[in-house]
Amino acid sequence: MRYAETGFNLEIDLTRGNIERVATDPELTKLYLGGQGTADKILWDRVGPEVEPFSEENLLIFSSGLLNGTFVPGANRTIVNTFSPQTNLHAHSMMGGYFGVEMKHAGYDKIILSGKAPKLVYIYINNDNVEIRDAAHLAGMGTTEVQDFLKKDLGDDKLQIAAIGLAGENRVYTASIEHSHCSASRGVGPVMGDKRVKAIVVRGTKDLQMAEPEKLFHICKDLRKDLADNPGAGDWMAVDEDDGFHHDNFSWGNARVRQKNYWSEELQQRWTDIKYDHMDRQTGCYNCPKKCHNVISWPGRKRFSYKCFGKDTYHMASFQELDFSYEILGVAQEYGLDSYSTPQVIAFALELLEEGILTLDDFPGMPEDIRGRFFYILDMIVNRRGIGDKLANGVYWAARQIGNGAEKFDHNTTKKFEQVPIKLGKVNPMFFLMIATGEKMNITQIEGSFPQDPLPTIEERQAFVDAWEAVPDEKFKKYFMEWERRNEMPSGAVCDIVDWNEAMHYIDDAIGLCAFVSSFRGQFGGKTQYNIHNIPDLIRMAAGLDLSKEDLWKVFRRNRNLVRAINVRRGMRRADERPPEDHWAVRDEEFEQSLLSAYYEFKGWTQDGIPTPETLEELALGDVREDFEKRGIYSAAE
Amino acid sequence: MKENKKMKTIKEIRVDVNKCNGCLSCEMSCSAAHAMPPYTSVNPARSRITVVIDESTDAYIPIRAGDYAEAECAGRNKYTIDGKEYESCLLCPASCPSRSRFTEPDSGLPLKCDMCESLDIGEPMCVQVCHPGALTYHEYQVEAEDSITPERGEKEIGLEYLVKRYGLEEVVKSVATMAKKSA
Repeated sequence: MRYAETGFNLEIDLTRGNIERVATDPELTKLYLGGQGTADKILWDRVGPEVEPFSEENLLIFSSGLLNGTFVPGANRTIVNTFSPQTNLHAHSMMGGYFGVEMKHAGYDKIILSGKAPKLVYIYINNDNVEIRDAAHLAGMGTTEVQDFLKKDLGDDKLQIAAIGLAGENRVYTASIEHSHCSASRGVGPVMGDKRVKAIVVRGTKDLQMAEPEKLFHICKDLRKDLADNPGAGDWMAVDEDDGFHHDNFSWGNARVRQKNYWSEELQQRWTDIKYDHMDRQTGCYNCPKKCHNVISWPGRKRFSYKCFGKDTYHMASFQELDFSYEILGVAQEYGLDSYSTPQVIAFALELLEEGILTLDDFPGMPEDIRGRFFYILDMIVNRRGIGDKLANGVYWAARQIGNGAEKFDHNTTKKFEQVPIKLGKVNPMFFLMIATGEKMNITQIEGSFPQDPLPTIEERQAFVDAWEAVPDEKFKKYFMEWERRNEMPSGAVCDIVDWNEAMHYIDDAIGLCAFVSSFRGQFGGKTQYNIHNIPDLIRMAAGLDLSKEDLWKVFRRNRNLVRAINVRRGMRRADERPPEDHWAVRDEEFEQSLLSAYYEFKGWTQDGIPTPETLEELALGDVREDFEKRGIYSAAE
Repeated sequence: MKENKKMKTIKEIRVDVNKCNGCLSCEMSCSAAHAMPPYTSVNPARSRITVVIDESTDAYIPIRAGDYAEAECAGRNKYTIDGKEYESCLLCPASCPSRSRFTEPDSGLPLKCDMCESLDIGEPMCVQVCHPGALTYHEYQVEAEDSITPERGEKEIGLEYLVKRYGLEEVVKSVATMAKKSA
């Protein structure tokens, strides 16, 4: 009997049209739990370092987190993994909503796509009935348009659909996969397009079993109420209209200009009115009482939704106001574009035009006004028209393909991926390590448990740590009590803090918990709903796996090291682990490199960032060690 | 005379569609509470409440399972409410032959909401787990009508359905065969 999971993966070879329901090994659940953990085991075993992201051999894996579909509130993430054409590395992506839960009820923990369909198709999954269907009539459809069309065409409002828009069809690197009011970004959209899959439609009506269901039900009933009442969980930006944090501190344009005193009461009132005058509702995901998605109806646009910083990126890249984000998001989401990286690509293009590296000849017929220009370039990118064909490959590649000095305007990427546009004064050691060594390509996917800022008085700190249940170890309380200035923290403490931040994300990615109720949220207020102490009990009652806190931590380390191993095998090394050079105005190379060295040692990695043989053996990753030795990865690094 | 009239309790779930956040906790918890034995599995497809979600029109409508209908409707209506168009089929609580809503996924037997009376848990489970506040429970007394249809439980509803579909004789035969087998 398998609990919490179905014990089967759905394997679809798009080249040959072969469909198989494959039983999975329960031992792998013990080692990696599920979600991204077990997906990465598949990527390690089956996709060698020579495989190009745009090739039949690359896999696109949709994983339902281990706790998805169980009674545990907030466990609903679908994790999508593949190899990204932008970074040529492991792609980590995920989305909320209902898709992964529906997969479980259809009888599958994962949907694994291999090969490439000869023409555009969609995949229809209704329990055991799985079909690859022609999608010629869906070509070019918007992401919400196609979901709506398929539900009506197939006559079932309970279908859950993950789809790409025109951007994904045209293999734009910043393309996303969209589902309900959620999206999966960072490299997975173009791979779905490359596999010629427009959409995956899932309907499942099977029971899901848990190990101690009755007990779990009642615990989760209380948990759900706590979660509803807990201001320390969910997206506070859905209700707090003061967004001075992003607007005063983050950079505008092509991550260039900081406007320290931008926010004002007058602005806040005006923008609050714009929001509530156009907001239909706020929605949550499966089995979560929170309301993190703002659903907006803007004249002339398809209804769209956003959460968190996704509201700001377009108007900050264009020096406009909130109404511009609302005006463009409905279009960009239909195209299926990531709202973090896409606005940066457009701002980068306009900067190249200003600098004379690109000329107006590259933008025939482009409007004069900035808003018109954003729409115009967005359209060029999505259709890969003219210069848009290069811009569609993201800032890093576009800069190199345009040449003529464009490279030096690529100033905000790490590992070839656009970073959150923050340019600050002094190096923050925690953020230095997180941006440098993160392999999920976005700081939001590693930061989160330890507070971003110290508290001013001892009394406030004491009150904070007294109520701080989430800490895995008492030492974190000591670090916080002694913390005076944001950018000053002893190196040993920095390593511990970054490791804890990262740990919670890796656990969430395996079990399907949303970061807003868990890994991301402790940095703001400390009172997150889930933590290293209460998760093991939930896993035991749901999945029947008896894990201690220490065991769970070890799973994190195993899953973390497997991602590192996958990327090391594809060539990633210490030299790649550099935050953008202008991320901080004042840099200290010697200090930064010594911190990086200390962290590598702390992690059990060589000074080139490669997991040592001892680390791999300790984590039952002996096959990785053998592979590294066979390929000469250790000897080459010496 | 009036004080002699019989009273009955009306149990009502009020739905504020504007408060629904689409989390489907109601569906999930209903299916768990009505699992046999209770809480041993989860499957929203067995729920006696369904949330009809149409993101294209921003419609979020929880609907409770009512009685089953033997045949499709002769005609259908379309309602426009606050500028949003709804087909009557979308809003209909019946388990009916034209669709899969409110039928057991294995047997095809109709599902009907029993306000959780069979579970002895107080307010219906869907209401208890609806923290956004879309579902609220209310009870009040009204005068009883003269003719009251006798209470039909889950078994009776299922049997009635089978009798209408296969005929009484066939159902009796099947039950007799099953009784013999288990004897």
